[in-house]
Amino acid sequence: MNHTLTIENLSFRYNKEMILKDISFSTDPGEFISIIGPNGSGKTTLIKIISKINKPEKGNIYIKGNNIQKMSNRQLARHIAVVMQSVDPVAMSVEEYVLLGRLPFFKKYQFFETAKDIALAHKYMKLTGILKLKDAPINKISGGERQLAAIARALTQEPMLLILDEPTSHLDITHQIQILELISSLKKTLCLTVLIVLHDLNLAAEYSDRLVLLNGKNGEIYQTGTCEQVLSEESIQEVYDTKVRIQRNPVSKRPCIFLVTQNALNKKENHIL
Amino acid sequence: MKQNKIKYWSILLILLMVILILVSLLSLCVGSAGIQLKNIPDILLHGKGSADHSILLGIRLPRIVLGLSIGGALSLAGALLQGIFKNPLVEPYTLGISGGASLGVCINILFKFYGKIGIIAYPLSGFLGASLVIFLVYSLNNKARDIQSNRMLLTGVMISYVASSLVMLLMAISKSDDLQNIVLWIMGSLDEPNTILIKMALFGSLAGLVVSYFFCFDLNALLLGEDEAANLGVNTTRTKKYLFILASFLTGLSVSVAGIIMFAGLIVPHFMRMIAGPDHRILLISSFLAGAAFLVLCDVIARVIISPLELPVGVITGIIGGIIFIWALSRKQVTL
Repeated sequence: MNHTLTIENLSFRYNKEMILKDISFSTDPGEFISIIGPNGSGKTTLIKIISKINKPEKGNIYIKGNNIQKMSNRQLARHIAVVMQSVDPVAMSVEEYVLLGRLPFFKKYQFFETAKDIALAHKYMKLTGILKLKDAPINKISGGERQLAAIARALTQEPMLLILDEPTSHLDITHQIQILELISSLKKTLCLTVLIVLHDLNLAAEYSDRLVLLNGKNGEIYQTGTCEQVLSEESIQEVYDTKVRIQRNPVSKRPCIFLVTQNALNKKENHIL
Repeated sequence: MKQNKIKYWSILLILLMVILILVSLLSLCVGSAGIQLKNIPDILLHGKGSADHSILLGIRLPRIVLGLSIGGALSLAGALLQGIFKNPLVEPYTLGISGGASLGVCINILFKFYGKIGIIAYPLSGFLGASLVIFLVYSLNNKARDIQSNRMLLTGVMISYVASSLVMLLMAISKSDDLQNIVLWIMGSLDEPNTILIKMALFGSLAGLVVSYFFCFDLNALLLGEDEAANLGVNTTRTKKYLFILASFLTGLSVSVAGIIMFAGLIVPHFMRMIAGPDHRILLISSFLAGAAFLVLCDVIARVIISPLELPVGVITGIIGGIIFIWALSRKQVTL
């Protein structure tokens, strides 16, 4: 029962269509787990169920052994923090935005942030490197900086589980790497469990301890396991209907996916001929 | 930083209070019978029974009290609705809530519910009409995953038209004495002889302000979007329901006592957001105070502009607010 998050036989239907079926897996403290799968395979839905935005049709979710259906949103927000794909460009300052992460901890008649709240917000703004932007309005900073602010806000909730929904999908590689490096170092320093939805399989392979591969065709989990176990040419062919070659990244020795395109195959044939 | 913020907020509040007091004093002095400010204490203390005394206490003071209650209530309702819908063009009038409330009050006048259950029938019928519209607008637009603001505004405007057509229908089939009642009331004026209604407006709007503060943090979180707010521990469904009820209450109360006063709920929160920032902890109270001052000032203008005749205050807010509405729409970036 030491799992941070346990998901048991979770199913979800949207307009009679089975989006998720019998999903079960659990995460250990300090683990970096990526959820991968094709578009529409229910990755974001799964995250929304864990954060109680969507209600599952059946199945249970436990945070440290407590069923989330029995917790209020507020209680849940003290254990789980979620970073979404992008942050709405609101007119508040970065500091005000990050401080919103302390809302779940406000006492009943508390009206101002305490010194501790502000110290925490500053600590995590410093950690994510956006302390110098603290007075800049959210709608005036770049997408990458906004995503860093979202992570700082999430950390200010001091969660044990950090959930991220494609946090890098709108960003260039500089920011993609910056953000994933940051999350992966946080995992170690704060002993945070990270559950992340990633589209880019190579990024997932570089950073994850384990992968959960969702199969869009039936809503079930195709496979969970280490990157080496899950990322095989056969499984990608099966789930994504795409031909790939998998080799090792020469630097990290992790699986690295190469696309096999028709264009390349044609050229190869010509070469042989 | 925190100290700075509290300091800024305090200065802003004191400034708004001072403006409100100045505007109220101006309203006391100005009118068909000009009364000089320096004479006012003397009239109040020693002039009992004089004409000036009864003008001050019997006519102008109730008007000011009503003006600041209604102005505060409408601006607060606007601030709440803009916070829920994340749209700076939303307010009781543009969402059709005022229209719904006026339909409710018209039905009350025609069927004489006020004769059966007393004066409370006015605010009650306004509240019922207002809440009907707000739930209609919301449920018609809630099917899309995120509320589409433009669609919602259009729905509101359409409902507003339907409501005003129904009001006209009721006027067409009503008897002449009722008709005059409706016409006088609907024009939006702060000329209300019934002191019970004025007291209701004052205490109702103040109570609304107090209640709104239970939701100031939820509203701050809702600025980030509904899913983000839920991630921050806000029970968004419940919060929105309560806030809708609160906004309907404030609007219903205002419309039932003072008729339709357009755009007061739009421009005041809009400008307060620019001055005070998006944090609802300061936005709610400053919108209330500024709205109170705004409506009392509009009433002064309405009384002097074609003196000795008097315009309905709704005409003034409609003209000022309408122009500012168009200006706000045409600005490139309209963000909260």
